[in-house]
Amino acid sequence: MKILVAVKRVIDYNVQIRVKEDNTGVVTDNVKMSTNPPDDNAIEEAVKIKEAGKATEVIAVSIGEEKAQETVRKALAVGADRGILVKTDGVIEPLAVSKLLQKIVEKEKPDLVFMGKQAIDDDCNQTGQMLSALLNWPQATFASKIEIKDGKLEVTREIDEGLETIEINIPAIVTCDLRLNEPRYASLPNIMKAKKKPIEQLNASDLGVDINPRIEQIKVEEPPKRKAGIKVSSVAELVQKLKNEAKVI
Amino acid sequence: MSVLLIAEHNNKEIKPFTLNASTAASQIDNDVHAVIIGHNCDEAAKALSELPLIKKVIQVEAAHYENFVAENFAPVIVKLAENYSHIISSANTFGKNLMPRIAAALDTSQISDIIKVISSDTFLRPIYAGNAFATVKSKDSKKCVTIRPTSFDPCESSGGSAPIEKTDPGEEFSKTKFIKREEVKSDRPELGTARVVVSGGRGMQSGDNFKLITSLADKLNAAIGASRAAVDAGYISNDHQVGQTGKVVVPDLYIAVGISGAIQHLAGMKESKVIVAINKDGEAPIFSVADYGLEADLFEAVPQFLEELNKLNTIQK
Repeated sequence: MKILVAVKRVIDYNVQIRVKEDNTGVVTDNVKMSTNPPDDNAIEEAVKIKEAGKATEVIAVSIGEEKAQETVRKALAVGADRGILVKTDGVIEPLAVSKLLQKIVEKEKPDLVFMGKQAIDDDCNQTGQMLSALLNWPQATFASKIEIKDGKLEVTREIDEGLETIEINIPAIVTCDLRLNEPRYASLPNIMKAKKKPIEQLNASDLGVDINPRIEQIKVEEPPKRKAGIKVSSVAELVQKLKNEAKVI
Repeated sequence: MSVLLIAEHNNKEIKPFTLNASTAASQIDNDVHAVIIGHNCDEAAKALSELPLIKKVIQVEAAHYENFVAENFAPVIVKLAENYSHIISSANTFGKNLMPRIAAALDTSQISDIIKVISSDTFLRPIYAGNAFATVKSKDSKKCVTIRPTSFDPCESSGGSAPIEKTDPGEEFSKTKFIKREEVKSDRPELGTARVVVSGGRGMQSGDNFKLITSLADKLNAAIGASRAAVDAGYISNDHQVGQTGKVVVPDLYIAVGISGAIQHLAGMKESKVIVAINKDGEAPIFSVADYGLEADLFEAVPQFLEELNKLNTIQK
């Protein structure tokens, strides 16, 4: 079984982002970049399945600028066998990403495609579901547990009401939740080994799909700031303020 | 052209966020139709027809729609979509799971989780966990939009009498099978719509200590929330998680107990009207968004809080 894992390079989750003064976006120059956190869970799960002897190959794919190669390299350092970088410039929407991934799927013929449930930059939460629609494959979104059973997957999904379990045929798409597993850190020897693993580079423009943006970003602004609050010195004062000043209890 | 709203329901009742989504849909165009897909869902369809904002209800029934599998739902909506300019649903796990499947089939670039309708093609949406707001304009002829329910008021739920039209179901998608749903039943207000939310974080130290949160929530008739750290540590189940990848809540009063206030948690609660933070670390980022901060040991402060509340003659419900 072959597993393809899509990984995205995003601003690190610990960075307090800043909006550009000209309102065209957020500042990315000299800002720490990392793998989108739930994509780390997706790689981890694929590698664990391979380690359990249930998969033969894990391929990491990223779509983005040249530097997204670092994100692919990180996936190789924690156990992916080889990488693919689809190079693009500028904004690329989830619909375009899913069309490019469809091309990669047609070429690589994986049995499973894993990715994070949502990217923490645009917060769209679309790509996995879109890819599964384009391929007409089953989808298991927001996965917190995956079991392989007789050529099928049993997946536990985190939903607003609690947990849902579904069974899907392979091939399938799974989008991973942060609670799926605990991603490992890359060891130094594995980082060194990853440098020798192959990364195939492709140009998005050569894949024959329309990736032009359909959404015009008119402006990006800072959200309205909350006005500073106060510190209270005791519980009694807190309750008095909530009752008489804020009038919420 | 009209707007098609995808109703969320449990086959008996419509879910509360359908009312918020109806409001958002009506801000795009007055002519809002709602589709309800389910099994034995006549009661829910009737309730939907009573929303005064809805001009027509389309009901699609089959056994394979009982459990809301997106692979079964999407083709039904794609087929209906030719008569509509916009497809709308809530940006909760129901809508997040379903809408992109529809958008891809329609070759439309979806706009997720909007917090404001600026015009029929332009919307405001948070990005980077709400640390920036983007104004975006769709250039697609058909628009697929999910709305953040807590950013729109719920519409009136009675007084309307829209006609209910039944449409033939589509085929079953045989490669996905629903097995079970474990819903946490509770008499408390729902987290997404509660007037008061009391949340606990890693500072609670154990699942057992969450009893303190429960007592405070009981007293205030509040829903119970949690930070991701508390859910990851197994103190409480995932349906309580507030934050970028959990639920977004906008209560009148949000009480954060033992929560440090990571960016990802603030994303889910910082629009609350009044925020209280109780934390023994005076430097915790949660204090930067709190209207009232109390630097104290929660294991002393919460019992005192309960005592003080007991002294009050009345507590708002």
